Amino acid sequence: MGIKSTQHPFFISVFFLGIFLFVWHVATISPPFDPTGKTEEELLVLEFNGDIVQTDDGRYVWNPEKEKVKGVPGPMTVAEKAWIELNEAFVIKGTNDHGIAFLVGYTVSRFSVGFLVASGVAILVGIILGLNQMLFRALNPFIQILKPISPLAWMPLLLYTVKDPKWTAILVVFMAAIWPTLATTAFGVNSLRKEYLQVAAILQLSWFKRLYTVILPGAAPTIVNGLRISFGSALVAVVPAEMLLGELGVGYLSWIEWNNLDIAGVIFAILVVGTVGVLLDSGFNKLAGLVTYRE
Amino acid sequence: MSFLSIDHLSKHFPSHSGNGKVCIFEDVTVKINKGEFVTVIGHSGCGKSTLLNIIAGLETPTEGGAILNGQEVTGPGLDRMVVFQSFALMPWMTVFENVALAVRSAYPTWSSQEIKAHVQKYITLVGLQGAETKKPTALSGGMKQRVGLARAFSIEPKVLLLDEPFAQIDALTRGVIQEELVQMWNATRNTVFMVTHDVDEAILLSDRIMLMTNGPSARIAEIVDVTIPRPRSRETIIEDEHYYKIRNHIIHFLVRHASHGQADESGEHTERSGPVEINFRDQATNQ
Ligand SMILES: Nc1ncnc2c1ncn2[C@@H]1O[C@H](COP(=O)(O)OP(=O)(O)OP(=O)(O)O)[C@@H](O)[C@H]1O
Ligand SMILES: [Mg+2]
Repeated sequence: MGIKSTQHPFFISVFFLGIFLFVWHVATISPPFDPTGKTEEELLVLEFNGDIVQTDDGRYVWNPEKEKVKGVPGPMTVAEKAWIELNEAFVIKGTNDHGIAFLVGYTVSRFSVGFLVASGVAILVGIILGLNQMLFRALNPFIQILKPISPLAWMPLLLYTVKDPKWTAILVVFMAAIWPTLATTAFGVNSLRKEYLQVAAILQLSWFKRLYTVILPGAAPTIVNGLRISFGSALVAVVPAEMLLGELGVGYLSWIEWNNLDIAGVIFAILVVGTVGVLLDSGFNKLAGLVTYRE
Repeated sequence: MSFLSIDHLSKHFPSHSGNGKVCIFEDVTVKINKGEFVTVIGHSGCGKSTLLNIIAGLETPTEGGAILNGQEVTGPGLDRMVVFQSFALMPWMTVFENVALAVRSAYPTWSSQEIKAHVQKYITLVGLQGAETKKPTALSGGMKQRVGLARAFSIEPKVLLLDEPFAQIDALTRGVIQEELVQMWNATRNTVFMVTHDVDEAILLSDRIMLMTNGPSARIAEIVDVTIPRPRSRETIIEDEHYYKIRNHIIHFLVRHASHGQADESGEHTERSGPVEINFRDQATNQ
């Protein structure tokens, strides 16, 4: 019974996935071309427009090339596209046509640099503000104004200032990631039980020692919460940043496929973005588990 | 020259209403000898913790000061360790690490073996061997405060400052830990300054008990000599002839000062004399 109930969610997930794929498949089937009731002339016009083609045995069918951009592709079409892309994962075909593995690599590294630098800065500034009530109250209004600004709103200004789209993309991630961590770190340090700091003061711990034996571990659960929010918003920002800046990555992939009018490719790109998100998120959770404690 | 002297100490806090100031206590003057165990009793909010924190160097006095071993207290230091009512153990550290953090700070030149042995000695002293690798969350309140005591005693401070150390511990465990504290104090003969609400605890542990009037402008009104010979235990202490005299005296004092301002009406306050010393042994011989 116990074993059975732990298996249930998985089977239910598979069940729902099956239903979803089936509905998707049925909803996207286009009926085969039916020439009955059409004159020879009408058929010729259709063929001339490229809507239909004549097969070797003389029958007319929908033009498979035009089919690609007509309606939403079905799961089989997307799977085919994914299969092709995954087989070419490590191939570079041109300046704008890198294998999917490269694109994932670009996005992950762009994301990581922006997120890590932002987190470092946010934690440092957050600690300083958290320890200094006066400074915190002085700067809090600015943080409150800057926090809700969409990181993409910064992009034109950033691009104008740094001139380089590569760094602009990273800075957009940075902007998305800095505020939640900064605000929660300041809050976490500020609401650290004052007895902990008193013990540190009595034991005459140096500033540095105080920082990494008391302040950081004490505020860690709150800091991790901030990092988690930052992580989410940075992940959300990296995709449109790539699209708008034309920087190679999984976000840009979706844009390229759209420009190619390859809707199956767009869907594939969306799935890749989701997968990358899940992978980064589980990595983050592993790290977070190391630093949290129970009061 | 006494070992720890609290000299005309006053403390004001900004009042809640804004611009004014509230005097928490004023003109507190006490002399404490080396190795003495003194306790402060008073109603909630009269400023006991504030007084203790000033001695610890965690608060600054408005007037006067505390002088330890001839030196004025200007900030916290390893010679005055506090045991907190809330235990104040770092929840992200194990029992061992909590004590080791203190030992390492107090003896920076020691090797890791020496530190380990020292930490182990004090963990054993409070009966927590086997729990070294546990986190404080996994411990009962009594065990947590044993760690607090081990941490405090391990750095061998000149003065131990106990702020209602057993207030959060159930009555049965409290009795046991009180006796453990007496044993440790007997072994080390630290000077102890304790704050408590528990009259029996104060009589069991203290050499002298300071009675504090209610704030604002609280004072140490009386100092009661606990004229009960040591060693004391909870069972034997109640048979001592002075026990109920002392206990009744303290409880009467607390009841008299249960509402604000009564001390002033009786005129005690305006006299501005030092605290009255109460000693039942002298009274017995005088009669
Ligand atoms: N930082 C502060 N600012 C303003 N007032 C304070 C501050 N700290 C303490 N007080 C006030 O000083 C008074 C004495 O506080 P304290 O904590 O010393 O009392 P206490 O005797 O230890 O009480 P308890 O027995 O409840 O622990 C209280 O009325 C409290 O409100
Ligand atoms: Mg108190």
